[in-house]
Amino acid sequence: MKVKKLDTDILIIGGGTAGCYAALTAAENSSASVLICEKAHIKRSGCLAAGVNALNAYIVEGKTPSFYADYAMNDAAGIARYDLLLTMSERLNKVTARLEKMGLVILKDENGRYAARGNRNLKINGENIKPLLASAVEGLENVKVLNRVNIIDYAMADGRVAGAYGIGIEDGAFYVIRAGAVLIATGGAAGIYKPNNPGFSRHKMWYPPFNTGAGYAMGIRAGAEMTTFEMRFIALRCKDTIAPTGTLAQGVGAKQINSLGEVYETRYGLTTSERVYGTVNENQEGRGPCYLKTEGITPEQDESLMKAYLNMAPSQTLKWIESGLAPSRQNVEIEGTEPYIVGGHTASGYWVDTNRATTLKGLYAAGDVAGGCPQKYVTGALAEGEIAALSMLGYIRDNEPADIPEEDIALHIAEAEKFTGGNNSLFTTEQLEEAMQTVMDSYAGGIKTNYRFTGAQLEIARQKIKQLVILSGRLHADDPQELMYIYELRERLTVALSVIAHLEARKETRWHSFAENLDHPEKSSEFGKKFVNSRLENGEIRIILRDITEGGEPYEHSDR
Amino acid sequence: MSIAIDRNKCVGCGKCRTVCPGSLIKLDDSGRAFIKYPRDCWGCTSCIKECPAYAIRFYLGADIGGAGSLVHTEKTDGILKWIIEKPDGSVSQIDIDPKESNKY
Ligand SMILES: Cc1cc2nc3c(=O)[nH]c(=O)nc-3n(C[C@H](O)[C@H](O)[C@H](O)COP(=O)(O)OP(=O)(O)OC[C@H]3O[C@@H](n4cnc5c(N)ncnc54)[C@H](O)[C@@H]3O)c2cc1C
Ligand code: SF4
Ligand code: SF4
Repeated sequence: MKVKKLDTDILIIGGGTAGCYAALTAAENSSASVLICEKAHIKRSGCLAAGVNALNAYIVEGKTPSFYADYAMNDAAGIARYDLLLTMSERLNKVTARLEKMGLVILKDENGRYAARGNRNLKINGENIKPLLASAVEGLENVKVLNRVNIIDYAMADGRVAGAYGIGIEDGAFYVIRAGAVLIATGGAAGIYKPNNPGFSRHKMWYPPFNTGAGYAMGIRAGAEMTTFEMRFIALRCKDTIAPTGTLAQGVGAKQINSLGEVYETRYGLTTSERVYGTVNENQEGRGPCYLKTEGITPEQDESLMKAYLNMAPSQTLKWIESGLAPSRQNVEIEGTEPYIVGGHTASGYWVDTNRATTLKGLYAAGDVAGGCPQKYVTGALAEGEIAALSMLGYIRDNEPADIPEEDIALHIAEAEKFTGGNNSLFTTEQLEEAMQTVMDSYAGGIKTNYRFTGAQLEIARQKIKQLVILSGRLHADDPQELMYIYELRERLTVALSVIAHLEARKETRWHSFAENLDHPEKSSEFGKKFVNSRLENGEIRIILRDITEGGEPYEHSDR
Repeated sequence: MSIAIDRNKCVGCGKCRTVCPGSLIKLDDSGRAFIKYPRDCWGCTSCIKECPAYAIRFYLGADIGGAGSLVHTEKTDGILKWIIEKPDGSVSQIDIDPKESNKY
């Protein structure tokens, strides 16, 4: 393989929401050189590709950052970091103003003030949010963007993260990047569980199928402490198109009803997980399918909904038009998705300190890959990107970059060349991916078991995933893109093993559906005060239970 | 959901290939675009909005209830037009002013 060596003060892995904003912050506050490595192209990569519907996290007039932090804490049933929630919330409005300056259209009232949607949201036209962020970054002198470079691992030196390795999926080169500090901003993980529609439309999922958990996996392998993987995210979505339901629920006040026409949402509670759980239960008890009640809304509301969906999830509008049944004429059927691991909605991800430093020296985390801080959404990811960038600037002032050992480089190149060398694999990457999804679906609380699991099932899942890890080591790739697919599969398998260990370790059911443990179906007061964290030590996942502190006490960051 | 590219309309500009968040679109030997991994399409419509030749359509897979309608966008005078062609030949169009916020 052709080797390309690069040097930068700050390396940002993933040019998505958090990554782009971190680059912007670093450029505006220093003359440090910044390099963004993005597996696709920053113009339309990651969660924001199709556009978003609203700004879900904003401090509306009359509310305070602690109001938002309290809300998120409550929705997570107490398993979240107040320090992270608060520092994020304090920046939400500032980053929003910045988005508007970049050109994002935000709805205003007659007095020129932002028009709020409920207590926490702003209405926008979010179709072009990613191109706006990307062009803000592309104009910066000190920021270089490498598109279509897929990062596969950290480069470690002197016990710290000293850079990263990547594979150019168009030029086929092996990249060795030495950096003063590294930000991981690769988003969460989709595709670990079998999706709603595993056939031709397998990628018609909510979370981007191209966010494959690279950041989590690299951290796990390098021995970073990770938190709360057991708090999976399952979205309540429009059936088939997997389009968001919040627009219907909040926009036109559509209630969740069962096939008898009864409003059931109030019976189960209104937290994110309870809305999913209620739907699963109604189906199980023979009152399915479930719907959002839209019949009877006005033609004007129909039209506004059609437009709103085109700006974020066009397939739903297509479905309405194709069937000739607008929402006013037919209630919208809903279902739960397969579980995702997404630290921007739940609390899964890197265990970070208030400055967004991970437990690995030289490595910072922001956005969906960072744990402890649920409900961050777009603006929270931007806020974390800003916090992390400022912390990194401090770090590079005080620390010299480390040299990456040649042996480590050789090892990583040899691994990549093994996959592209002689072909004696019986299996394809796609087959193993489907096998992994089937295992997780059947034995680790997927759609098939209504998200429920037992300890005995998790043990089977673990054995089967370990077997797939071995098989994945013998896969073959014909070109750089196929090579990326092998690395993606291996990332997902690594994350899957951690998810299994975490699901097993939380011996309670704190959140219905997200972690429905049939051996321990109730909440436990002991686990209500604990984070389930983990770290890979000598190839084994070690679980670490950490206390949830009260009254703003700082968190233990490391016991090493 | 996936996309279909009309190679007779494609002018080979490569913009769709650039923006695809899954790197699923490639150019063939004659420099025209094709989707190499149709099952892997997320349906984000980024490629469609880029195409200057209006050569790309997206559709819902039959497994999620698709009935063969094709969608593309055209941008004129700053208005984004979503055009939906149904199998019976009828056409619907929804115009969106990017300067207007969602109502919901
Ligand atoms: C469909 C959808 C709709 C949403 N709607 C809303 C909404 O209406 N309002 C709201 O507030 N929030 C919404 N959210 C949530 C919000 O968009 C996310 O929480 C936020 O954008 C996450 O930012 P991020 O930077 O962590 O991830 P992303 O923006 O996804 O960035 C991750 C980036 O890393 C890249 N990457 C991944 N792996 C690698 C690798 N190995 N090497 C190099 N690059 C890599 C990806 O290509 C991507 O560009 C939505 C999310 C989704 C998925
Ligand atoms: S719709 Fe999106 S994911 Fe599908 S081919 Fe086009 S750009 Fe790629
Ligand atoms: S954007 Fe359109 S014209 Fe350009 S390469 Fe793609 S299909 Fe062809």
